Parts: sequence; structure tokens; C-alpha cells
Amino acid sequence: MPRSVKKGPYVKDSLNEKVDKAKNGEIEEIKTWSRDSTILPKMVGLTIKVHNGKDHVPVEISENMVGHKLGEFARTRTFREHGGIKKKEPITPVG
Amino acid sequence: MPRLAGVDIPEDKKVKISLTYIKGIGSHRARKVAETSGVDPDEFVYDLTEADVAKLRNAIDEYRVEGDLERKVEADIQRLKDIGCYRGERHKEGLPVRGQTTQSNARTWKGPRESKAGK
Repeated sequence: MPRSVKKGPYVKDSLNEKVDKAKNGEIEEIKTWSRDSTILPKMVGLTIKVHNGKDHVPVEISENMVGHKLGEFARTRTFREHGGIKKKEPITPVG
Repeated sequence: MPRLAGVDIPEDKKVKISLTYIKGIGSHRARKVAETSGVDPDEFVYDLTEADVAKLRNAIDEYRVEGDLERKVEADIQRLKDIGCYRGERHKEGLPVRGQTTQSNARTWKGPRESKAGK
């Protein structure tokens, strides 16, 4: 069920403040752990570093992203190919 | 056989069923379309007059159906892919988009099983 319209979109307060500051040029970089914050129209054009559990991934906000959540753009899992039989390494001649 | 919204021509069925052969019209909308155009949903299509068909055609114009609908769906998916969000990435990877399990099953997206190397 979607969030009630009455409440408005959810943005973590700390992130909201940082966005305003960044727009005024007071800070250059926005780092956030708040993956569940909604992307607002006023964030368009900013680059926000979103935590993925390990690092902060820079996300450039474009117009089409408005309404999505920040976390949708910072993947939390890395895919490291499936195992199976390992390829035999070529035998290097000794000497 | 009447043509509505492109190529749809089922005749030996009731209006409410026949209309659902149009992509984008399910049973609910079929009923709605019939009602707004003043055609009895339980009438058989071969009993309809030309005027009835024209009315149905007008009523269907309200909705996005067939090619238009397909194009919209494609465009929506393309948008997800372009912005690089999780759902878009899953579309690119050809894996389930809505959080389903993929350790087993998910055959619709993954396609036929591939044999594992070395077994």
C-alpha cells in the first residue's frame, strides 16, 4: 500500500538540511545513509553519495528519478560469477 | 466480423467476453465500455448493429489499448533502465524485478535450464 499523501514524501531531516546547504554552496558533498529517502524535485542536478552497506556510491540525480528512493540507485550486492569447475591453468614449464 | 481498435474480431461471443480479446480491456473494462456506449453486455456480437459497433469503438477510444499500450509499457521499462535504478538493472539482467527468489525457480525470466558444466 502506498504512503498516505497527507504526510508528503519521506525525506530524512538530516538529508533535507544537507540538500539545502548544498544548494546554497555551503557544502560540496552530500553523504547519506538514508536509502529510504524519496528523491525530491529540488535534488535534481545534485550528486548524492548513497551508502550501500560498505561505501558511498555517488548518484547523479536526474529529473526522471524524482519519486524514487535513493537506495534504488545504490546496489547492495556484488555479483561475483558462478563457481563451477575452475578452468585449468596452463602448466608453466619448469626451468 | 467487426473490427475494433485494430484487428480484434471475435463474433460468436457475448459483448462482455468478446471485448476482452482486445489487449488492454479486461472483463471490468469490457463491461464499462458496453455500459457507456449503451450496448447490452450480454448481447452476442453477431446481433450488434453497425451503430452499436460504432458506439463501442467510440467508448474504447477512452482507453489506451493494443499497440499504444504496448508502447507505453516498453517506454516505462526503458525509463527504469535509463535511470539505472534497481528495477531497471534487473530488467537489463533478465532476472525477476520484484524481489522473487532466484536460487531456484524464476524460470519465466531465466528461460530453460542450462546444463551445468562438468556434470
